[in-house]
Parts: sequence; C-alpha cells; structure tokens
Amino acid sequence: MGACIELRGLSRRYGQRLAVENLTLSVAAGELLALVGESGCGKTTALKMINRLVEPSAGRVLLDGIDVTRGPAHQLRRRIGYAFQRIGLFPHMTVAENVGITPSLLGHDPARIRTRVDELLALVELDAGDVRDRMPAELSGGQQQRVGVARALAAAPDVLLLDEPFGALDPLTRDRLRTSFHAIHRRLSLTSILVSHDMSEALLLADRIAVMRAGALVQVGTPSQVLCEPADDYVRGMLETPMRESRQLTGLLEQANPASAAGAR
Amino acid sequence: MSEQLALLPAYLTGHLQITLLALLLATIVSVPLGIAATRIAWLERVALTMTSAIQTIPGLALLAVMVPLLAALGLPSIGYLPAIVGLTLYALLPILRNTATGIEGVDPSLIDAARGVGMTPRQQLLRVEIPLAAPVIVAGIRTATVWTVGMATLATPVGAISLGNYIFSGLQTRNLAAVLIGSAASAALALVLDGLVRMVETGVRRRRRPLVAAGGALAALLYGYAALAALPALHRERTIVIGAKPFTEQLVLAEILSVWIGQQTHRSTRILPALGSTVAFDALKAGEVDVYVDYSGTLWTTILRGAELPQRREQLLEQMRARLRSEHGVTLAAALGFENAYVLAIRESEAALRDIARISDLKPLAPTMSMGADYEFFSRPEWRRLQELYGLRFAAQRTMDPSLLYPAAARGDVDVVTAYSSDGRLETARLRVLEDDLAAIPPYDAVILVGGQLAERDPEVLRALAALENGIDVTTMQRMNLAVDANGYSPAQVAGNFVRGWRPRPTPRADLPSEPPGPP
Repeated sequence: MGACIELRGLSRRYGQRLAVENLTLSVAAGELLALVGESGCGKTTALKMINRLVEPSAGRVLLDGIDVTRGPAHQLRRRIGYAFQRIGLFPHMTVAENVGITPSLLGHDPARIRTRVDELLALVELDAGDVRDRMPAELSGGQQQRVGVARALAAAPDVLLLDEPFGALDPLTRDRLRTSFHAIHRRLSLTSILVSHDMSEALLLADRIAVMRAGALVQVGTPSQVLCEPADDYVRGMLETPMRESRQLTGLLEQANPASAAGAR
Repeated sequence: MSEQLALLPAYLTGHLQITLLALLLATIVSVPLGIAATRIAWLERVALTMTSAIQTIPGLALLAVMVPLLAALGLPSIGYLPAIVGLTLYALLPILRNTATGIEGVDPSLIDAARGVGMTPRQQLLRVEIPLAAPVIVAGIRTATVWTVGMATLATPVGAISLGNYIFSGLQTRNLAAVLIGSAASAALALVLDGLVRMVETGVRRRRRPLVAAGGALAALLYGYAALAALPALHRERTIVIGAKPFTEQLVLAEILSVWIGQQTHRSTRILPALGSTVAFDALKAGEVDVYVDYSGTLWTTILRGAELPQRREQLLEQMRARLRSEHGVTLAAALGFENAYVLAIRESEAALRDIARISDLKPLAPTMSMGADYEFFSRPEWRRLQELYGLRFAAQRTMDPSLLYPAAARGDVDVVTAYSSDGRLETARLRVLEDDLAAIPPYDAVILVGGQLAERDPEVLRALAALENGIDVTTMQRMNLAVDANGYSPAQVAGNFVRGWRPRPTPRADLPSEPPGPP
C-alpha cells in the first residue's frame, strides 16, 4: 500500500519569480492524482519538491506524516519512483542495469535484482529475454518509456512521480502505455502523482485532478467535478479542447454509423 | 648510421620514460582538477587560465626555466626532474579542458535521472558523469600524448635522455642521418602511442569493453617496461657525468674525457650533451654534472665577474683556479693547452690588397666597412673593449647565425666577421685572422672543471684528468673539429682515435666553410 502525501504551504522562488506559491494539497494512499496546467504553471517544480530534486523556499512535504527533509535526500529518492518525459535512461548501461539501478544502490544481491528486473520488464509488457541486455539506444521511444517506468518501480516504491511520461510518444503507443500504467497503478496500489498538460489524459486516468495556474492551485476535484463545475474560465478553457474533440468525434461516428452511435448512447 | 642506430634503444627508452611519466602525472592532476572545476566556478577560471598561460610559453623555454626554478628549491635541476615537471605542466591543459568539457557536456536530464533514482553525489559522479565524459577525457589524454612525445625531444638541453639527443647533437655536428633518425623515431612513437590511446578512446566511445581492456593492457605493458628499464639505474654504481655545451668542440672534448677516464680509472661515465652555457656551470656546482670543459675568458666574464680581467693566460688561469675553488668549490683540474677565443677575420684577398694584418689596421677603414657577428658578440664585454681600445666604428653591424658568418664574409656580404680560434674551418675558409695587437680580447683557455663531490670522492679521477694538462694544442683541436664538421666523423670516433694516440692530419682546403663550431 502506497504512502499518503501532504504538501503544506509549499513555495519555491527563483530570484524575483515565484514558481510555486503557497501550495497545499494532500494525496491519499493509493490515489492517482493528476497535476495539470499550461506549461510554466509550476507543476513540475511542485512535483520535484516531493522527491527533493528542488528544495522548497517555504513550506513542507510530508510522506506518511514524516517531513521529507528528515534524512538524506538520496535515501528519500530511493523510496520514490520517478519517471519523466525525457526518460533519462543511462546510455552506457544495459536495459537491465538501468532498471536495476535503485536496487543495486540499495545493495540488494545481484540474483534478486535479476529476478526483479525480469518481473518489471514483464509488468511494463516488454519481452525481458529480448531487451534486458540491449542498450537503451537500440530501443524504440515507446519501449524506452516503458523501461523508464520499470526503473521507477524497481525498488518497490511507496510513491510514483510521473512528469509527462507519455508526452513524446505517438498517439497509439501513448494510449497503450497509459492503459498499462493505469493497470500497474491499481495492481501495486501505488500513490501516484502524474504531471500533465493534457486535460484528456488527466480526465481518463486520474482519481482526482489538481489544476495549477501561475504557481497556485485553482481547483482540486474528481474528473466529474472538474468537468461539471469548472472553477473558473481558465479551467473551462483547459476543458474546451477535449470537449470539442469528443463532440466532433461523436458527430463523425454518428454520421458514419448512426445505429451504433445511437446504440452506444 | 649503424653507430647511430645502436643508440636507439637507450634514447627511445628514455623518451618513453619521460613521456609516460609526464602523461600519468598530468592525468592524475588534471582529471580531479577538471572535475572540481565543474563544481566550483572560480576554480575553473583559475585552472584554465593558468594552464593556458603555461601553454603559451615556448616548449624549450618552459623546460629551460625549470632548471633555475628547481635549483632554487634545492631539487635536482638537471636530468629527468626538470624534463618531467616541464612536460607534465605542458600536458595539463588538454586533459583539464576536456575533463571539464566532458563533465559539463553530460545531458542534464541524465543528472536529473541520476539524482531521481537515488544516487549520492559521489555515485552520480562515478557511475554517470565520469563514464559518460570518458570519451572526451580520453580524447584530451590523446592530444596530450602527441604533444608530449613531440616536446620530449626538447628535454635534451636540460639533461634528460630522449630522442632529442639525436636531433640536438646531429644539428651541431651536421649529422643529417642522426637528425632524421631522431625525428622519424619521435614521429613513429607519437603515431604508436596515439594509436594506442585512440583504441581506448574508440572502445570507451562505443562501449566496447574488450577494446578498452586491450588498450589498457598494452599501456600497462609500456608502463611496466619503462619502470623496469628505470630499475637498473637506481642500483647502478654512480657513474661520472660529463657535461657538454651544444657545439662540436664540446662534444669531442666530452667524448675524449669519457674515453680517457674509462681507460685510466675504469670508472663508468655518461655524457649529458647540449647543456646551455650557464646551465653547465650551475649543474656542476649542484653536483649533477661532475666534469665539463669551459673557457677561461667566458668563466671570468659570466661567472666570476667583477674584478679587472688579467690579460695574460697564465695569470688568468692562476687567479681563476683560486677563485673557483674558494667561491664555488669547483676544481680546475687542467688547462688543455689551447684557446677557443673570439678572433676577428677578414677575407684573405681583401686583407692582402689593403695590407691588413692587425686589428689596428682596421681603424681608418672601419667607417667604410660592415661587420658580422654571432648572436651574442655585440652585447659582450669583449666588443666594448675592442671599440674602446681600437676606436672601431663600422658603417654597419649585422648579427647572424654562426653558420652563416664565413660564407657571408667569403661572398663579401660583410667585410669583417667574428670567428673562433679553434674552429677547424678557419684554416680552410680563405679568411685572414687579425692580430689583437692591443690585447683587447681576453684569453680563452679550455679548462677541465671538476665538481666538488667528485673531487672529494674520487681523487684518482682528478689525477687522471690533471694528466691532460697541455694535452691538446690548437692545431690538433682545429683538425678534430674539422674532422667532425666537414669530414663526417662522429665526435666519438675522433675522441677514440685521439686517446689511442692518433692525431688528425691536415685536411685539404675546402672551398666554402659551412659552420664554425660555436661561441666559446
């Protein structure tokens, strides 16, 4: 079971600019929270303050009620899975070495790591026998992203932080990967925070959505709450594209096949 | 040629030793410094500025500067140490710059990933940054390797054995084969080492472990060989070190001393050729050279200084003997019996035409004449005395390389030139040496100097050297010089023959002399 996360009055200042301003938010154990907003709204900075890749200027982060600044940062990060858009697979290590990195830092024995790596590659739907000894550069973008997720999960973390992990993929791959991620999240009962600028992604995957604008929280709620009662024009604007697309698609489907469209309703 | 090739193993080994050690030291210093520079902004500026500044110093000057610098620190200032320190300093920049560039060039997302997976700063450096920067760092080592192999040829004048020994002595004795062997061997060594480092670089870049391992094993073999070759030197009974300045006469005399000492006392000797003029005396005092030949006038003006110069040969020798002993702890073992003095010479045909035999005869003619001299003559005290005593004022004064002086005089490009009295080619150059009738130029007796340590340790050697008193007259020296300069004998051959009792015979006049043996 995942840990619960609490952000209390979290701020981060870069010179004169406030990237994150007084952010207070809690995520329940096992919950999948999507943090959305346009680029530059501070969502990535907020995420990085949870695993201390960025240190807050003010405020605290509590993990299961314990302040994350207690103890060394690297030990905290070994308990928190982290996957991001640019993946960051180490190009000089094999796939297996990449996935097994955190367990090896924790000093697990090699045989145990090998078994774990194969399990994880299977979990992210990769053929372990095929990919484990290959170098990251030999894999496709989608395969690399799966390896990135497997690496984040390797040390059986309580918390998974994902920063637009599906952003750079083609739509088909992105969709498959989202589906498998959702399954993994449920199966491992992780507490996950997913940063995204794509409202449709958030609506489809998340238990709750937190919308950020210019460093501050605008609205927090379930997908249906956000969809039905957007807090302001900003949130409404963010919903506009997915809504319009879904209407257009429904319209197209009705034209092509009125019966099935009607049946679906 | 085969005599030259026989020296190749020793020179190549010496070259390899100083190159490899300098590269190792430069890597040990530069890689951590380069890494630290990426963490500390001011350090990067300071380190790069300083190593770049070192690079702007010409290689020969950097090595030469090490001699007085190390001597001031009380360290051995001749031989391997100045060479290795100089080469190491020179090799710092490429390795430092590439290390900093390589570390800074690591993709920031990989740094994020390294931190994100829970690496400590140390693990991040060792597991991610250094492996990823390795190809760039090795490329820097490769650049340094090629530079160092080339620059190690300049280690000869500071007393380290390298392939430069071929080049320096070959240039002095006009032995083109030696120069070619030295240059070719140095180029070949550079190519081989470059190939070796490139192998490692390719292996690191393409992550081919066998290639890296093979390159590393070959490098380890080379280091092992260089270290093993250095071992006997540590245990060897102390050899007597004979110094020589970089011109023919000095090389011949050094060889004569070497053969003579070997024959008379069965001590082993080693020659350090091509030492700079003042380097030789300093090295003698410091005990790094045991014996060398210098000239009385030169010693008086550059080392003893001060007092008025005695104009008579015996008088000067007597005073010098006492002062060298009391002020510098150096023993004057013997005066060889000939002088290598500065003389003024003029084309024979012109001298006959205008009836010029003495320097005094020049005075009325000088304002219509030009004079050529080697690089240092016009700034030496001898020239000031010549001007004062004879009232000489030439229409033009030109400085040129010693090798160009005689041809220039023969062609009539200049009227009067400086020459050296023991130069073998003076006899064949159709030049008339003018009598120094007012005794402006001091005596330049060739004298054997012995350092304090050897004199104390081994009086037998001192006695053997003293037996050379008046052993070489000026004609003999001229002919020995000529045998090397014009007739293609090596200094060692001439010296061997001399000690065996052979005296060179006069050689037929050559049309144009090519190069005098150098300044006293």
